[in-house]
Amino acid sequence: MKLYDIAFVCRSKNAGPFQLTVDLMFSDRADYDKVLRSPAFTPEKIALLYRTDAEKVMIKPFERILTIKVVIPRLHGSGSPDDTDVYGSQQHFPLGNLEI
Amino acid sequence: MKEEIRYLSLCGMLGYGYARESLDNAFAGELDFIGVDAGSTDPGPYYLGSGIGFVKPLQVKRDLSLVLKRALERKIPFIIGSAGGSGAKPHVDSTLAILKEIAEEQQLHFKVAVIYSDLEKDFLIRAAAENRICSCGGSPAFDPEVIERLCNPVAQFGTEPIIAALQSGADVILAGRCCDTAVFASYPIMHGFPAGLALHAAKIAECGALCARPVGANDSLVVTLRKDSFTIEPPNPLRKCTPDSVAAHSLYEQPDPNCFYEPEGMIDMRHSNFVQSGERAVTVSGTELVPASSETMKLEGAAFCGYRSITIAGLRDPVAVASLDAIEEGVRAAVAGNIKGITEDYKLRFLRYGVDAVGGRLEDPDPHLPREAALVIEAIAPTQVLADTVLSLARSSALHQAFPNRKATAGNLAFPFSPSDFHGGAVYEFALYHLMDMEGISLEFKAQLVEI
Repeated sequence: MKLYDIAFVCRSKNAGPFQLTVDLMFSDRADYDKVLRSPAFTPEKIALLYRTDAEKVMIKPFERILTIKVVIPRLHGSGSPDDTDVYGSQQHFPLGNLEI
Repeated sequence: MKEEIRYLSLCGMLGYGYARESLDNAFAGELDFIGVDAGSTDPGPYYLGSGIGFVKPLQVKRDLSLVLKRALERKIPFIIGSAGGSGAKPHVDSTLAILKEIAEEQQLHFKVAVIYSDLEKDFLIRAAAENRICSCGGSPAFDPEVIERLCNPVAQFGTEPIIAALQSGADVILAGRCCDTAVFASYPIMHGFPAGLALHAAKIAECGALCARPVGANDSLVVTLRKDSFTIEPPNPLRKCTPDSVAAHSLYEQPDPNCFYEPEGMIDMRHSNFVQSGERAVTVSGTELVPASSETMKLEGAAFCGYRSITIAGLRDPVAVASLDAIEEGVRAAVAGNIKGITEDYKLRFLRYGVDAVGGRLEDPDPHLPREAALVIEAIAPTQVLADTVLSLARSSALHQAFPNRKATAGNLAFPFSPSDFHGGAVYEFALYHLMDMEGISLEFKAQLVEI
């Protein structure tokens, strides 16, 4: 199943002009655990999707509300000449397509 | 010594609006001060670089004009920061002009403490030479070469200058670029409240009712701060806070849901408790401040990159939609040939909406081509005239560019507008988004008192 279909919220936004944060919210704990434990859901795999280095990708579980935050570096600073998404609000793909 | 501080966050961004009823309900109780966040880097570097606010002056005037008189009548401080969207001098001055306009219309008299946060380029040159400027939040290593291209470099000050301004007896504090939390945490910290709780409350308050359901950056929030906890409640009865809505807010635009960083140190929310308090309020406790081991200050500046011109066109012809690569290649060659002798310093970009304009080339191409696609062609060059010229060449070339199997030989593009080309104005990039090591140096952000 695709990450986008498992999560009930799958959203991206700037975390400052040089980072993106993707928030994945789950309605049940089994899904939250399944994603966190999935061998497909690692900084290395996510880094490949976003053409960056694994050490620049952070996965931060926020158990209190069954949410996983993924922080990814931006390829271009927000609003700089090469940027395509000033607010970073449509950058949850390709991550959303990740098969879990 | 105060046991409790109750304050109003007017809305999530000055100019986004708020319900009049929220104001009435908030003023039905005691209030110690009113604050409003007016700054954000979210809309991109243009606004800092150009000195223009991303919220329109009439929106700002509306939000200020409803509350100003009431704050003055109550004799409670009204704190605005980062003024004008980006908090550099032109932004602060434009907000000051709006305050003066309202004062004249409503016949108000008051004292404004204006705190600028602009940085001298010489100061940056020295700081760079002393290796004081380092990356933060994923910004690239600082390149001192950009200093000369920087427009409106500012420092984000913390609570100290605002506390000094509060002590000066000003009615309104108009702060330049400052930490969002400083707008709401200065007054409590001045009164001896724990900084960890004060900063956590401030972090929630600066977004207005964004922590409530339904969410509303365009509505108010009331915070009651005590020595061991704080309670947040939207004054608009249509909204409510729940432990989950408040906890979820700590995810918003933040790299870490468990902590955030301010000049005072790390605000640790790992042991924070969120408890429902009545129907629509949430009480938070357990947040701790881990004091910073070194003193740093965040710097922001936008570097000028040239001027932009764009055109927008649609494609319906299936062979043309399938030939966007060939069209782009042909146009680039045609522009390069024809612009020779005029300028070689330009950038052309083709954004293919419906195909890959949003995700760039990160994903594999979709084998199913859309029935229609939109093409935005962008030119950036050192002057607006040059950008216009490059774009004009690109646009006419794209309209008539040949490609294999072309059937629609009269034109490739459907332009929805005449004129087809638009000025994008000056283009900037965030070239300064760094931390400065403040060890052994001091930067004074002194308030200037203005009588209105």
